[in-house]
Amino acid sequence: MQPNLTHLRQLEAESIHIIREVAASFERPVMLYSIGKDSSVLLHLARKAFYPAPPPFPLMHVDTTWKFREMIEFRDRMAAEYGFDLIVHINQDGVERGIGPFTHGSSLHTDVMKTESLKQALNKYKFDAAFGGARRDEEKARAKERVFSFRTETHRWDPKNQRPELWDIYNARINKGESIRAFPISNWTELDIWQYIYLEQIPIVPLYYSAKRPVVERDGMLIMVDDDRMPLKPGEKPEMKSVRFRTLGCYPLTGAVESEAATLPEIIQEMLLTRSSERQGRMIDHDQAGSMEKKKQEGYF
Amino acid sequence: MAHKSDLIADDILGYLKAQEEKSLLRFITCGSVDDGKSTLIGRLLWDSKLIFEDQLAALESDSRKVGTQGGEIDFALLLDGLQAEREQGITIDVAYRFFSTDKRKFIVADTPGHEQYTRNMATGASTADVAVILIDARKGILTQTRRHSFITSLLGIKHVVLAVNKMDLIDYDQSKFDEIVAAYNAFAAQLNYSSITAIPLSALRGDNMIEASANTPWYSGPTLLAHLEDIQVEQDAINKPFRLPVQWVNRPNLDFRGFSGTVSSGRVKPGDEIVVTASGQTSKVKEIVTFDGNLDEAIAGQAITLTLEDEIDISRGDVLAASDAKPEFADQFEARIIWMHEDHLLPGRPYLIKMGAQVTSAQISDLKYKVNVNTLEHVAGKTLELNEVGIANISADKALAFDPYDENRHSGRFIIIDRFTNATVGAGMVNHSLRRATNIKWQEMDINKQARAYQKGQKSVVLWFTGLSGAGKSTVANLVEKKLHALGKHTYTLDGDNVRHGLNKDLGFTDADRVENIRRVGETAKLFVDAGVITLVSFISPFKSERQLARSLVEKDEFIEVFIDTPLEVCEQRDVKGLYKKARAGEIANFTGISSPYERPENAEIVVNTADQSAEEAAEQIVAKLEEFGVLGAWYPEI
Repeated sequence: MQPNLTHLRQLEAESIHIIREVAASFERPVMLYSIGKDSSVLLHLARKAFYPAPPPFPLMHVDTTWKFREMIEFRDRMAAEYGFDLIVHINQDGVERGIGPFTHGSSLHTDVMKTESLKQALNKYKFDAAFGGARRDEEKARAKERVFSFRTETHRWDPKNQRPELWDIYNARINKGESIRAFPISNWTELDIWQYIYLEQIPIVPLYYSAKRPVVERDGMLIMVDDDRMPLKPGEKPEMKSVRFRTLGCYPLTGAVESEAATLPEIIQEMLLTRSSERQGRMIDHDQAGSMEKKKQEGYF
Repeated sequence: MAHKSDLIADDILGYLKAQEEKSLLRFITCGSVDDGKSTLIGRLLWDSKLIFEDQLAALESDSRKVGTQGGEIDFALLLDGLQAEREQGITIDVAYRFFSTDKRKFIVADTPGHEQYTRNMATGASTADVAVILIDARKGILTQTRRHSFITSLLGIKHVVLAVNKMDLIDYDQSKFDEIVAAYNAFAAQLNYSSITAIPLSALRGDNMIEASANTPWYSGPTLLAHLEDIQVEQDAINKPFRLPVQWVNRPNLDFRGFSGTVSSGRVKPGDEIVVTASGQTSKVKEIVTFDGNLDEAIAGQAITLTLEDEIDISRGDVLAASDAKPEFADQFEARIIWMHEDHLLPGRPYLIKMGAQVTSAQISDLKYKVNVNTLEHVAGKTLELNEVGIANISADKALAFDPYDENRHSGRFIIIDRFTNATVGAGMVNHSLRRATNIKWQEMDINKQARAYQKGQKSVVLWFTGLSGAGKSTVANLVEKKLHALGKHTYTLDGDNVRHGLNKDLGFTDADRVENIRRVGETAKLFVDAGVITLVSFISPFKSERQLARSLVEKDEFIEVFIDTPLEVCEQRDVKGLYKKARAGEIANFTGISSPYERPENAEIVVNTADQSAEEAAEQIVAKLEEFGVLGAWYPEI
């Protein structure tokens, strides 16, 4: 029996409802734009939510200065094409201290250039609500997070003291200095995201598609040599391999997978036939068990 | 089976096409730690191939470390998200799980079953269409089974799957299964379910989970997954009357004014007549606007933007509804409440209520009784504590639009917010409104409006006199009333100034007060019409929207707009009350005709003026028109 609304249309409508609710309930909302595929979907949904008007909030990218070059190109191209208001924030303090993943390790780098930087930006612009593209299927700690996730004045998340969230009614009340992180695509899975990108022909960063790229193998991960800041260890030599990325972040921390999938259907096909989850390519989860939960408590998205 | 690997490998485009037709089902699983709930969900995730190798590796290592299955894979470990819970071996919050098959995507609300977590179960149940209630076949129906059933039913879930688990531990004994099912059906008769499907299972062994089990040859019903794939719940919302809570007014430029929101129930097409619940104003749907083009029709669940034929005042919090099936609109109602916070409920204290996009301050004025969630017994009480359920009267500071929750699950639901801590402290579902005004429509009264009007030999109507200050409204109305009285008609006049001395003396001249002023006069006029009286209302009422509001309160042929079209120069020259002079001197702000516009009626039923004709002539003309409209003649008693 043909459904009245397919699962993607239901997910889409739920997300639009959430986006409108945030825009209507807060004084200074912002959409965090990470340039990844989930962000692309989020941006697309925001455009749908307010059509024919443009989204009534700016986009903000927290740049660690270690993103893939193609991500930055894509970001600037999208901003120009859609004419949205883009804020790029870089933790200048971290830059001056020369913080980077190669010199200081993934943990400190993420902490300073991502988590701290995000807090800086939210404080600087006094945003009281920030959209994020997190999904509940990504990680166990996220499975329990609310759609409207309350943050204290110091941006902390308290998993044991979350507001109950019933039906489609979201509690948007906060005191001055507190904020809400809103996750409109909470209920989407990775497969939903890809199917929707395919269905709606949403532009994504070319790094998701397979191409010959220079990589070295390190700690079991294929790291792309995206620029000359990457110090090569003795004996390491970049090799051209057909690789693509299932998730995008700082290039030194993001593992590539060997793949021939060069179109969306091929990517989806590969995803369904292989059996490793997308966050495997992210170093940040491997540090210790429950590490995402810890990072989230400290204010990471 | 879950996903057809061969189709994925051989014809990915065909597979993707088929995936676009998939539906979505949200369900909740209820059961306690020992019922095997996490194992059941873990198994569904596992069998739909959504457990990846790295997760499997982590699962195997976790199973050895903290597993409860003696080193075998412990599916439950896939689910228990937060570290604290993992160590305690219990789930303490609601978590959402996702899996899909070729037919459907599933969102599972995984909630704990302990009594102290009623809050979380209610949260999970609020968005679910189906409840899977787990029973340990060895133990049968327990207190917790009753509790889980009551809470899911309280939240309006209509479809239940009774998952009788651990059948392997009772040797797949049919008679024991039948006993459990019979006992459950007897209990559930008092709940509001429309379907109960009982399935004998072993989540751990996989019996009747995905494939029919050879161990239960006596069972011919569907497997758990097959049932979840096939159960139909979508029509529930679409078949209710149209409702659209307005979330956002979309106004990119002066030429476009759209009202954005999600259709919560029913369907809507361009041309449909809709009513704004709070103001009573009506209009027709012009377009259904979306990013993907205008739609011919929108149904429940779609997020859309409507444009209307008329420019009427609508803002966030308004509910647009089918004009022939309006929701209730009341500031007092009875609701069932689930308390969700450690600080207990204080009757009489102001809380915030958020119902859809409507937010208002409200008090829980009277707790009628509490319900014991284990026994369903009614218990007297003055307050509600965390995880308690009660029935209470609520008194809101402004009227809200809703349907009783049992009639329409997508309406009449709200959260309660503490005004100081901003915590969500409770949730509620409206049973019914307590306002007499809304009750009238379903009280069959033997003596009705027609009977009362007939007794007086007339048809009861509102004569709404509008015009500038000094146009002669009150003079003409007074003459008309005299003439009608002489004809033996029963009349009454509501005069703008006089009403402001009593009924409306608390109102000023802000926009909100102006609307309220009109609303009260309109409502009063409506009551007089109901009493069979010819009601004359004399009000400047300069704005079209105000007059439209008054008109919308009564039946179509009961509103007669009388436009006293005396030119401004004439009115100003007369200046009976000296107001024009003051307004010209800037002593009165927003004075109609001078510093505030008068929107001329375009389709008034009667137009007269007192510049070219005398007040007497105008009154005669009006009475003649009333004769013509059948207000005086048609009901005249034939003596």
